[in-house]
Amino acid sequence: MAGTAVVPQTDVLKKMFETMTRIKRCDERFRTMLTSGQIVITYYSPRGQEVIPAAFSALLRPDDYVVTTYRGLHDHIAKGVALRELWAEFLGRREGTCKGKGGPMHITDPKSGLMVTTGVVGSGMPIANGFGLAAKLRDTDQVTVVSFGDGATNIGAFHEALNLAAVWELPVVFVCQNNGYAEHTPYADGTSAAKVSDRAFAYGIPGVTVDGNDPVEMYAAAHEAVERARTGGGPTLIEANTYRFFGHLMGDTMEYMPKDEREAAMDADPVPRFRSWLVEGGHLSEDELAAIEAACDAELDDAVEYALACTPPSPEELFDDVYAEAIA
Amino acid sequence: MSAIQDAAQETMPLPMVAAINRALDAAMEKDPNVILLGEDIADPSGGVFKATMGLSTKYSKDRVRPTPISEQAILGAAIGAAIAGFRPVAEIMIMDFLAVCMDQLSNHAAKLRYMSGGQTCVPLTVRCSAGAGMQFGAQHSEMLEAWLCHVPGLKVVVPSCPGDAKGLLTTCIFDDDPCVFVEQTMAYFVPGDVPIGEYSIPLGQAAVRREGTDITLISYGRQVADAMKAAKQLDEEGVSAEVIDLRTLVPLDLETVLASVSKTRRAIVAHEAVTRCGFGAELSAQIHEHLFDQLAGPVQRVGAPNTPVPYARELERAFVPTAANIVDAARQAVKA
Repeated sequence: MAGTAVVPQTDVLKKMFETMTRIKRCDERFRTMLTSGQIVITYYSPRGQEVIPAAFSALLRPDDYVVTTYRGLHDHIAKGVALRELWAEFLGRREGTCKGKGGPMHITDPKSGLMVTTGVVGSGMPIANGFGLAAKLRDTDQVTVVSFGDGATNIGAFHEALNLAAVWELPVVFVCQNNGYAEHTPYADGTSAAKVSDRAFAYGIPGVTVDGNDPVEMYAAAHEAVERARTGGGPTLIEANTYRFFGHLMGDTMEYMPKDEREAAMDADPVPRFRSWLVEGGHLSEDELAAIEAACDAELDDAVEYALACTPPSPEELFDDVYAEAIA
Repeated sequence: MSAIQDAAQETMPLPMVAAINRALDAAMEKDPNVILLGEDIADPSGGVFKATMGLSTKYSKDRVRPTPISEQAILGAAIGAAIAGFRPVAEIMIMDFLAVCMDQLSNHAAKLRYMSGGQTCVPLTVRCSAGAGMQFGAQHSEMLEAWLCHVPGLKVVVPSCPGDAKGLLTTCIFDDDPCVFVEQTMAYFVPGDVPIGEYSIPLGQAAVRREGTDITLISYGRQVADAMKAAKQLDEEGVSAEVIDLRTLVPLDLETVLASVSKTRRAIVAHEAVTRCGFGAELSAQIHEHLFDQLAGPVQRVGAPNTPVPYARELERAFVPTAANIVDAARQAVKA
């Protein structure tokens, strides 16, 4: 794996592996329970894209802000949303982060800094600028990271947001998780730029393309961008190339994804690959990794058990939280 | 719940645009979390209608932030800052341009409190100029308040006079929900009494501008002046009209409306927006639902025809409803 500027130390590697494991196991459990009919939810699997948020999980503080999109489970977990409340919200339970009002596409958890999850492609970027503006006006060193897909780089909001972030020198890191598909449309069929990062040039901000499935390369790029934002250097556009293992939405038949392309991506699954690399490089022992996995499984079992025991909201709760105080 | 507005404090005559400027100034003075964003709002321009004149000089361009012509970016930045604890006032220059950023307003500002289960709120005020009368044509003249009333989570305010503009805008800025504040361009330069000191008017309190017994004329924004003119004309014809200024459409002071109509048994809802699916349709339905057996006749609507706003002066005049239209409708109603 190619290392660049900043090489992650063991504690960082451990944190990243832990985050990736938690995401992978959570996703597997959701899909198992969905396909077996134990739960019925709308689900956008982030499987295959674990490395990108894992890198940020080793860099962001709880008071940093994250804005993400409907395929956001990996970002939620990486920012530290508690698994119990996250699972309860995905299942539409009262005890969920958002009292069952938001669901998988609209997770908000301010105590962990996960501020907005939008279901509208590209819409999170203008809002992320607002969090960046708040930090700038208060003269804090908080950083805002906004995640979005390659499809979002073709909508106007992306261009308006990048331009304004550049003009106002906002501490925002724009992270395009380029998984190759805008819903069902392959990248090249809908995007004129050879690389998403080329678009940064138009706004006079740094833009970089990295292998978003390479933990060392991803961490180095994330580190540089976060440090730039934290120290007043303004926004960065990172294009992190990755792959979406299970299509757009759970149940997607994926005819539009070439079979060999998908098989190759799954053969290069970044999670087991990183695990082997950690052992072979002597960074973490087999026992240490197994302990992390066991802890993630225990935490997940607890979260699932908790969420399944939670209660659905009562019909009267339909009317809560439309306004600060109920109005006619 | 409401009454004829009494402003006990000292007033001075100001046009609405100056009253808005005073409200913004006072809010910024009072709370450092109040910030302004919008196109051309900084000095020396001070906004295309001069509503923000002097404020960037007084409070710096950190707090009075001129923006590129990027309505989605303006509202998005305002929403994020609002969730983070600021009280942004975003100026969308012309109401028709809300179409460009409706995703941010409708899908995000309006819904984020609900979608987050009440964990976050969006204390945002969106100001926009609106309405016909200045020959700006079809894309700079619409009244689109009914769009906004259809979106749960938004509050919608349309002041009729400078004093109310100051009091209602102040309330919007310090309200914890997203408010859209609609400023009719033709009302900007009409003077009225404006309280000099700190002044706010609660949202959801209509004002009875004139008491009467035979018919209730309900309106908002600058058409309240038309309703008052119509009431005067009707008075000469022996018809006693009560005039209600709704002031805020969401929340709606239905109590004041129903109390009046149950007394007069006749009602007309007048607004500048096109009649079809306008706010008058909603209010008419509500009155019928509550007072059907007390009404002497159906509630009448007075609004613009269902056309885009035209350019030519003669056509624009034919488009905008007038006091005479209200008088005509009232004459029909009292015949019943």
